[in-house]
Amino acid sequence: MSETTEKVRKTLARRYRAEKRFKAFGIGSIGIGLMALVLLFTDIIGKGHSAFVEYEIQLPITFDAEVLDVSDPRDEDELNYGNYQGVIRDALAERFPTVEGRQDTRALNQLVSTGAGYALRDMLREEPTLLGETRTLWLLADDDVDLFLKANEEQREDSRLNEKQQAWVAELETSGETRMVFNQSLFSYGDSREPEQAGILGAILGSLFTMIVTLVLSFPVGVAAAVYLEEFAPKNKFTDFIEVNINNLAAVPSIIFGLLGLAVIIGLFGLPRSVPLVGGIVLTLMTLPTVIISSRAAIKAVPPSIRQAAMGLGASKMQVVLHHVLPLALPGMLTGAIIGMAQALGETAPLLMIGMVAFIVDLPAGPLDAATVLPVQIYLWADSPEQSFESLASAAIMVLLAFLITMNTLAVILRKRLERRW
Amino acid sequence: MQTGNLLLLLVVMVAGAYYLGLRRSFALARPLGGIRHLHSLPFYFAMRSAMWCAIPALVVLGLWLAFDDSIIRQQVLASLPAELQPTDASSYNLTLSKIQNVASGALPVNFVEPPIAAAAEHLQSLRQTSAMALTVVIIVLCMLGGAWAWLKVSPQLRARQQVERVLQTLFMLCATVAILTTVGIVMSVLFESIRFFGKVPVTDFLFGLQWSPQTALRADQVASGGAFGAVPLFMGTMLISAIALLVAVPVGLMSAIYLAEYASNRVRTVAKPALEVLAGVPTVVYGFFAALTVAPFIRGLGESVGLDVASESALAAGLVMGIMIIPFVSSLADDVITAVPQAMRDGSLGLGATKSETIKKVIFPAALPGIMGGILLAASRAIGETMIVVMAAGLAANLTANPLEAVTTITVQIVTLLTGDQEFDSAKTLAAFALGLMLFITTLVMNIFALHIVKKYREQYD
Repeated sequence: MSETTEKVRKTLARRYRAEKRFKAFGIGSIGIGLMALVLLFTDIIGKGHSAFVEYEIQLPITFDAEVLDVSDPRDEDELNYGNYQGVIRDALAERFPTVEGRQDTRALNQLVSTGAGYALRDMLREEPTLLGETRTLWLLADDDVDLFLKANEEQREDSRLNEKQQAWVAELETSGETRMVFNQSLFSYGDSREPEQAGILGAILGSLFTMIVTLVLSFPVGVAAAVYLEEFAPKNKFTDFIEVNINNLAAVPSIIFGLLGLAVIIGLFGLPRSVPLVGGIVLTLMTLPTVIISSRAAIKAVPPSIRQAAMGLGASKMQVVLHHVLPLALPGMLTGAIIGMAQALGETAPLLMIGMVAFIVDLPAGPLDAATVLPVQIYLWADSPEQSFESLASAAIMVLLAFLITMNTLAVILRKRLERRW
Repeated sequence: MQTGNLLLLLVVMVAGAYYLGLRRSFALARPLGGIRHLHSLPFYFAMRSAMWCAIPALVVLGLWLAFDDSIIRQQVLASLPAELQPTDASSYNLTLSKIQNVASGALPVNFVEPPIAAAAEHLQSLRQTSAMALTVVIIVLCMLGGAWAWLKVSPQLRARQQVERVLQTLFMLCATVAILTTVGIVMSVLFESIRFFGKVPVTDFLFGLQWSPQTALRADQVASGGAFGAVPLFMGTMLISAIALLVAVPVGLMSAIYLAEYASNRVRTVAKPALEVLAGVPTVVYGFFAALTVAPFIRGLGESVGLDVASESALAAGLVMGIMIIPFVSSLADDVITAVPQAMRDGSLGLGATKSETIKKVIFPAALPGIMGGILLAASRAIGETMIVVMAAGLAANLTANPLEAVTTITVQIVTLLTGDQEFDSAKTLAAFALGLMLFITTLVMNIFALHIVKKYREQYD
């Protein structure tokens, strides 16, 4: 046996150990990445799932005309100024007749959400004959009560309710006068200072209008730019300059686009702040490189034989592109556009710059109404001190992720279904 | 007429021009014996009419809408008596918004001085005149353009070439949007930055160690003049980015190596997209995770071993940011590792090296430039990342290298300076643009450098 073989054999065990170690590092790294993903999702679902339900309290409500100060429920003005809180207060006092003293009464009245009054008003508007009658109704609980009822024994000790309130709620709970229902307000209202009345519909609409503006602007412009660069652009300095610009824009931090929007679109052109139109324009500029790059790839994938065949039959260059290349490249372009839209939908930072962080209760009706978007709403709620907003933010994240997953799945399906292999 | 209605009218007129052009070309072709005697297909004649009708009108409409507001504003302000003329920028804005509020009815007329009320009326009438004039101009332009195109239709007209040339120009204009965006970015951050550096010396900004951007709102207020030394922000940004890279580079790189060299096809098809999901999660979600889960966890962990950890520690933000950029590092590294020619692997394995030795001694050095490029791209991503640090890092500038303390970053300061109440001219607002300029230059240089490295490397094996 030669000396070298001897040497190799001696170190072999060590080298195999090193091999195994290296491989284990690799598996470990992938494990870390996947674990982070699982942790992220379980954390958010764990925090957010409870926000999809809310608690209601059962109370016998008397629509007393005197307490309400409403004589004619058909009169819109009177209806709007009705003292619905008074009716609820009376009902609560009746349910807990032993409660006395100003402080305790106020604590008792805090159990029901301030939004319950609006529900009563809407009922009265629907059914004017209710005036003077007594109905047993389910009223929305305050968010602290909601948290208390959702919590387990241990967490209940940190509740923001005081001891008396806790006792009342526990009494209601044991006698079956509380119930858990699907949180409808989450999907039917805009933002609110009260967590139990806050919803994401306003943010979803804002996101929708912003995305429509982004899609309408970025898809045609991106496709046209890609067609020009792939099919028409001469090889010269100007074309190179365009390409360098596109590649660099793809890597510019998104917040810089916000600065551009603030200084140019709002500052120079005088468009209003906080509106989806401006948000859409800013996101268009941000996603344009993505759309252009994926559209170019799709155009490149169309085989030259198709162009040559069309040209051989006498089509002009523009006819070749518009009649043959574009229809064949369209699925790939759409995939790119959807991915670009998904990126834009999750974007927050540039929208903060153009003032889409305002507290907006009203639902936006168009791209020129002040609005916020889903990611910004998440940011606003995550920053709120109240604990209920934390689970609302998680719920909003779940909705946002659901949208993103849908869009990306759609892109994958589209690619599989429509993309041809040549 | 409102702009929306005007656009609708324009669409109708363009459709009309298209139809007339189509009819005209058929009518011209009939006596000649069919459309094959025309130079182009009737579609092109029709498109040409539509373009003549639409393009001049659209150009005028765009220019008009872009500039009419500022012209009207100047006119209205010029009509004010001398003693009400605004002297500086803030009184200019105040006077203007007063006039606009009166004009829109938000402010009752008897609340303001009579000249302001008169100006409001003047504004209203000017706006009405402008809208009317615009409508008339657009309609006339449409008709003139359409009529010109209609008259010019003849069998020899090279309509297809003309239409195609217009389309090609349109495509080229779309491609130049990328240049315009870059120019817009550079201009917007540069101009505001120059104004900022007029108030605060460049050297103070670049080398100052104190950052407290609170300036006095009024001249007579007792408050600090504000300190704009950005070094603490640069340090904070670097600290958090460094932590992020310390997490992302080893994990991303090892994942890429494992997936490219060891993993079976089945593992690859599952693990690769799963890792890429990390790149698709919106940054605000990471921010939420960092601020409400990771930061309290690290704080609790530190307390249990007797360490004092800030609740907005750089460590929490850096860790989560590291998770976010794992897929960037891994997918870029994956690309360059798979680009290393198989012959190099075979040669090394044939000489008796183990797989890991091949990777460490042959593949890794060969792929190093590409990997460095990928790391640089990831670093520029980390520097420009906003939401994670806005939600999980601190607000107060703190010059420290301790990852357990709270630091602030460039992006956090841009957001805090520009959200909430602000006046457009103060050093505080302008400072955000100066920071934006720094951020833009840094990331641009890093990207160009990274792309250069990647490109240079790729040429080696071709």
